[in-house]
Amino acid sequence: MTLTRREALALTAGAAAFLATASRMAFASAEDAEKAISEFTGGAAPQSGKITLTAPEIAENGNSVPISVSVDSPMTADDHVASVLVLAEGNPNPDVATFHFTALSGMATATTRIRLARTQNVIAVAKMSDGSTYIDRKEVKVTIGGCGG
Amino acid sequence: MADPKPRIKVPKTASKGEVVTIKTLISHPMESGQRKDSAGNVIPREIINKFTCEFNGQPVFGCDLDPAISANPYMEFTAKVEESGTFTFSWTDDLGKVITTEEKIEVS
Repeated sequence: MTLTRREALALTAGAAAFLATASRMAFASAEDAEKAISEFTGGAAPQSGKITLTAPEIAENGNSVPISVSVDSPMTADDHVASVLVLAEGNPNPDVATFHFTALSGMATATTRIRLARTQNVIAVAKMSDGSTYIDRKEVKVTIGGCGG
Repeated sequence: MADPKPRIKVPKTASKGEVVTIKTLISHPMESGQRKDSAGNVIPREIINKFTCEFNGQPVFGCDLDPAISANPYMEFTAKVEESGTFTFSWTDDLGKVITTEEKIEVS
């Protein structure tokens, strides 16, 4: 079968559109992460600073990537970190975890291990007891994805 | 599956007002609901979705877990101790099963 130039172009465009849809179905996009952030903050844009997200620059195995968050706060009953939302914007579902702190936590730090499907940004958003929010993000390069396809 | 066994590291003693680090690890596959078996069927999601830590009945730390948490979820966090007492840790999975364990600490 021979293709005319017009047919070939139409096919290419169709394939590109299909690929774009398919990848949108399989992975969350940055917009999904933004949506989750604004739900968490109640629509306010989080400021930078105060929160530090620690993650490896390169993760060989996406099945288990150590991350830790720490927020600068006196952690008293009146002024403490209420919760920290962790998101991975390139995973099938951007939610990773939500940590809840109290004044009894002493420090607002937590460490866990997460799954990353591919190279992407990991985002941490902290919500203080007074309602202000802070954000930090780190790009993690993933060698082998952790979704076990 | 047999009941998962949590492993917890809490210092035995601490001085008053000290911030201690607590490490917990529980064996659990954290099946994400994304994987398929050899016949191509999706393996249903089964994860631990909630972890809490209390000290003498007061909440210290909690976490809502999503499928992006690795198998055998590991949690490291801190607690400020003002008096001797007991930490209660509990994990809740998708089936509603709760695994609870306790650790004592001596504060001087």
